[in-house]
Amino acid sequence: MTDLTATPDGAAVGSKSGSLFERGARTRRRHAAERRFRMIGLAAVIFAILALVGLLGSILSNGLSSFRQTYVVLDVYLDPAKLDKTGDRDPAELQKLTTFSYAPLLKTAMETLIEEKGISVDGASSKDVDAIISKEAAATLRHFVLANPSSIGETVKFDLLASGRIDGYYKGRVTMETAELDRNVSPQQLMLADELKAAGALTTRFNLSFFTAPDASDTRPEAAGLGVAILGSIYMMLVVLVLSLPIAVAASIYLEEFAPKNRLTDIIEVNISNLAAVPSIVFGILGLAVFINFAGLPQSAPIVGGLVLTLMTLPTIIIATRAALKAVPPSIREAALGVGASKMQATFHHVLPLAVPGILTGTIIGLAQALGETAPLLLIGMVAFVREFPAAPPGGFFDPASALPVQVYNWTQRGDPAFVERASGAIIVLLVFLVIMNGLAIVLRRRFERRW
Amino acid sequence: MNMLTEAAVERKLDTMDEQPAIKMRGENVTVHYGDTQALFDVNLDVPEKQVIALIGPSGCGKSTFLRCLNRMNDTIDICRVGGKITLDDENIYDPRIDVVELRARVGMVFQKPNPFPKSIFENVAYGPRIHGLASAKSDLDGIVETSLQKAGLWNEVKDRLHAPGTGLSGGQQQRLCIARAIAVSPEVILMDEPCSALDPIATAKIEELIDELRENYTIVIVTHSMQQAARVSQRTAMFHLGNLVEEGPTDKMFTNPEEKRTQDYITGRFG
Repeated sequence: MTDLTATPDGAAVGSKSGSLFERGARTRRRHAAERRFRMIGLAAVIFAILALVGLLGSILSNGLSSFRQTYVVLDVYLDPAKLDKTGDRDPAELQKLTTFSYAPLLKTAMETLIEEKGISVDGASSKDVDAIISKEAAATLRHFVLANPSSIGETVKFDLLASGRIDGYYKGRVTMETAELDRNVSPQQLMLADELKAAGALTTRFNLSFFTAPDASDTRPEAAGLGVAILGSIYMMLVVLVLSLPIAVAASIYLEEFAPKNRLTDIIEVNISNLAAVPSIVFGILGLAVFINFAGLPQSAPIVGGLVLTLMTLPTIIIATRAALKAVPPSIREAALGVGASKMQATFHHVLPLAVPGILTGTIIGLAQALGETAPLLLIGMVAFVREFPAAPPGGFFDPASALPVQVYNWTQRGDPAFVERASGAIIVLLVFLVIMNGLAIVLRRRFERRW
Repeated sequence: MNMLTEAAVERKLDTMDEQPAIKMRGENVTVHYGDTQALFDVNLDVPEKQVIALIGPSGCGKSTFLRCLNRMNDTIDICRVGGKITLDDENIYDPRIDVVELRARVGMVFQKPNPFPKSIFENVAYGPRIHGLASAKSDLDGIVETSLQKAGLWNEVKDRLHAPGTGLSGGQQQRLCIARAIAVSPEVILMDEPCSALDPIATAKIEELIDELRENYTIVIVTHSMQQAARVSQRTAMFHLGNLVEEGPTDKMFTNPEEKRTQDYITGRFG
């Protein structure tokens, strides 16, 4: 009997004799408090959504254009007199020719194109005309010739990169007014580009090479791609997955199921949680000291990046795995032990399978965190300018490579405004990877989740 | 206060005539959880192929004693067991004893039905499989079928052996757990309040089952229900505050207990 209910005459204390339709002052105050709280919560949510929309909006508006690129469609006569004077197509001889020897071919091809289409050059110098095409174009030709020596002497149709400023003109980054002030581009060039476009020799289309090409130098933003960075990131994630998942799961199972609960395991537990909060750059310094200076592993290599990120990811996965193991009801363990299973059988046959969804989710979240990590990679030299693709695994783990977030950082440091677009584009790629990984975590969780 | 039917009394009297062998014996059993002592010098014999009920108010140590009998208390870090418990005159707390072997001989059914989140078949087959009791698939099928039959569940589940065990009703789940325990051919089955989560009809089925199982197994059952103790057991032990108050034939305990505390408890004056 609570003292609220019984009074001498049987009526409840605090009961009001008025109508239920009238609200008392107390009720009104309670309702007001509830309304206030709801408003505050709603405001917080709206603010968060607006911030997110703003962030995504700015990245998308800056970066989406990097997925399109302007190309000059050019028929180039691969002149044997310039490329292969001996005429024997000797690969060693061809290899010796630098891109410098290919530049005149482009010049000739451009002149032919303008003449054929009857385009008025209108004040643009011949240097201006050449500068429509990216400096990367000569390298493209050289690659093609080295791969197909038999094509020498033929006329081949190429889609060659337009220079960064011309590309920027079609993406709204460069205008006639800014071109007046720009040393790298003149309004005459832009007008010429418009003429070429009208003649069908200039197109803007999907930029596949953004995903496949390696990084390019400061003066060739149009050629810069994410190929090496994506491959480097994938290599690192492989290293992280292969190392951190078994180590973390083994450690968690031992700590959760087998280790005696004493002071030592308490200390270990607290320190694992602390490790998860250590700033990532500290792991970078550790990696530099241990893996590069002490163990002598190569700089800029995905293996070192992967090792450092493994150290960083371990606590995350251990914490997630332990939580998943803890969430398995003890009755399952008792049931297994009760029919005479050993502790290990109980753990591996019954507890672990039930913890798998939680472990997978934790692992993927940990990997996603590692994928976006920049600071420790800067310290182990992954910020270096890498144009060569790393080889196939396992050798490739020791070749220099870049990583997606580091590539973003790298591009934001460069002078040419075209790199801002590239950096935003790289962020979009990174975000897409993260969304895919988190989506995978949700799918796996749904798929494997079992009730008991 | 006597709930026994005439037939039940007769049956009990029958069983009392012969002196059954002692299957398990506790001598001066003490249990500590950290600094708290939960059991004080308990001496209790478990007769073979009979049902002994452990009764007493909550926290009296009856479940603790039960869990000592197959060393389930080992899983609790802070638990220390003293004294001696024997199974067929072998001390089960001897360091040379392997708990896995012990638990294969002393099976357990828990308070809350706890089937594995696997199929009905897998639930029953798990024990025989890890103990290597079946060499061929057909042997295993046979064990599963007999176990389910003995647990009185076969007819209800024979068409859906591969449906999840967790999809059964509470009473069926508990019978599945009994089948799982039987499947490893134990000699003793410990039951920790097996009916406390079940409705009266499911309870009646389990009690009937316990009565049948008595033919082949020694059963120790912890229960909060006086009526249940009276219905299913031949002997009853009354615990209070970690002490064994009294132990004797069930009908005597319920009609003519020696201790006042037992009398008070079974008549509902405390507990």
